[in-house]
Amino acid sequence: MWQFFHKLGSPKWFYGISTRLMPWLLVIGTALLMAGIVWGLAFAPKDYLQGDSYRIIFIHVPTAFLAQSAYIMMAVAAVVTLVWRMKLADVFVKAVAPVGLVITFLSLFTGAVWGKPTWGTWWIWDARLTSMLILLFLYGGVIALDRAINDEKSAARAVAVLVLVGVVNIPIIKYSVEWWNTLHQPATFKLTEKPSMPAEMWVPLLLAVLGMYLIFGWLACIRMQTEILAREQKTRWVKDLVMAGRH
Amino acid sequence: MHPIRKKRLTIVLFLLAGIGVAVGLTTYALRQNINLFYDPSQIAAGEAPHDVRIRAGGMVEKGSVVRDPESLKVRFRVTDFQSSVPVEYTGILPDLFAEGQGVVAMGKLDAGGSFVADQVLAKHDENYMPPEVAESLKKTADGQPVANGAAQSASY
Amino acid sequence: MAFDSFSAFLTMGGHGPYVWSSYGAFFVLMAALMISSLRRRRAMLDACRRNFMCQGKEPGRADRPAATFTRVEVSQD
Repeated sequence: MWQFFHKLGSPKWFYGISTRLMPWLLVIGTALLMAGIVWGLAFAPKDYLQGDSYRIIFIHVPTAFLAQSAYIMMAVAAVVTLVWRMKLADVFVKAVAPVGLVITFLSLFTGAVWGKPTWGTWWIWDARLTSMLILLFLYGGVIALDRAINDEKSAARAVAVLVLVGVVNIPIIKYSVEWWNTLHQPATFKLTEKPSMPAEMWVPLLLAVLGMYLIFGWLACIRMQTEILAREQKTRWVKDLVMAGRH
Repeated sequence: MHPIRKKRLTIVLFLLAGIGVAVGLTTYALRQNINLFYDPSQIAAGEAPHDVRIRAGGMVEKGSVVRDPESLKVRFRVTDFQSSVPVEYTGILPDLFAEGQGVVAMGKLDAGGSFVADQVLAKHDENYMPPEVAESLKKTADGQPVANGAAQSASY
Repeated sequence: MAFDSFSAFLTMGGHGPYVWSSYGAFFVLMAALMISSLRRRRAMLDACRRNFMCQGKEPGRADRPAATFTRVEVSQD
C-alpha cells in the first residue's frame, strides 16, 4: 500500500497513467452528462407544482454536488501536502481550484435563475445560499493566495492551511437546510434514503451527476499535467516525452 | 509512520478540531440570526419582535386565502400546524403560491398580532413528481384525510 | 417525449428563458473551461519542446546576434 502511495507521488508515473485514463473519462463523462441532460430536458415528466422550470435541477444539482466534492478532495490533498509533503497533492489543489470556482459559480447562477420563477426572488440571504457564496469566495481566495506567493513551497503550505480552514464550511452547506430555517428546500438525494422523486426523474439526474464527476476527473488530469510539465520542464523524462512528439 | 509526519498530522488534526469548535460555537450563538424566518409558534410565543422587519414562514392554511376583489390585497393564515398567524399582503404572489404550500413572508408584526407583508416568497419542498402521480395521490389522500395531514406536517 | 411539439419544448411551459439561460451558461462555461485547459497544456508542451531545441544547439555560437528581440524563455507561471 505504501509503495502505491509513493508511486502516486511520482509526477512521471502520474503523467503516464493519466494520459491513458483521460480519453475514457472524457468520452464516458460527456456521454453520461449529455444522456442525463437530454433525458431530463426532453423526456422526464414535468413536476406537478413547478412545471418545466424544475428541469434546471439536471444541471443545478450536479454542479452543486461537485462544487462541494471538489473542495473535500482539495482538503484531503491539503492534509497530504502538510503531512507528507507530496508534490502531487499540491499540484492537485492548484489545478482544481479554478475548476471549483467555475462550477460553484454555475451552481449559484443556475440556482438564482431557478429561484426567480419558483420562489419569486433571484437571491435571498438564507443559510444555504450564503454558505455556498462563501464556498465561491474560498475558491477565489485559494487561487489568489497561490498567485500571491512566489516561492513554490511556501505557497503550497499557505494554500493548504487556507483550504483546511475553509473545510468547516462544507458541513455547514450540507446541513444548513436541516439546522436552520431556510428558503432552500432540503436535499432530494440522500445517501441513506430513497430519493424523493420518481425514477424517471432521478435516473437522468444521477446520470448527469456521474457524468459531471468524470468530466471533473478529466479536467483535473489535464490541468495537473500542465502544472507538472511547468514544474518538471528541465527533467529528462519531460525531454523524452516532448521530443518523441507524444502527448 | 515517521515521527515527524505523525507530529504534523497531529497539528493538522488539532487545527481542524479547533476551527470546528470555534465555528460550531459561533453558529450556535448566532442560530436565531441565521434562521431565515420565524415559525408561527415562535411568533405566538412572543419570540418575534414587533415593528421590526422580520420574516415569517410556514404553510398557507387551507381555506384561509381571501382575495380582495378590487385590489391586489390578499389575506391568509400561515400555520405550522400548531399555531397560525394572519398575514396581509398587497402585490403579486409567486406562481407557486397556493393553499397548503410553504411561504416565507417579509414584513412587520403589527400591534394586533397580524403580519403585514411587503414580500411573499414561495417555499417548496424536496419532493418532485409528475402531475399524474400528484393527481392520483390526491385522490387516494382524499379518502384518508388523516394520513395526508400527518404526511404534510412531516414534510413541510 | 414530455412535450407535444418542438415549440412547446422551446417554451418550456412559459419558463423557457430561465431554463435555456441556465443551460446556456452551463455549456458555455464548461466548454470554455475544457478548451482553455486543453490549450494551456498544448502551450506548455510547445514551450518545453522549444526549450529543449534551444539547448540542443551549441551554446555561444559566433553567428548568434548579441541583442535582438528574440524569444525570451520566461516561465508562464
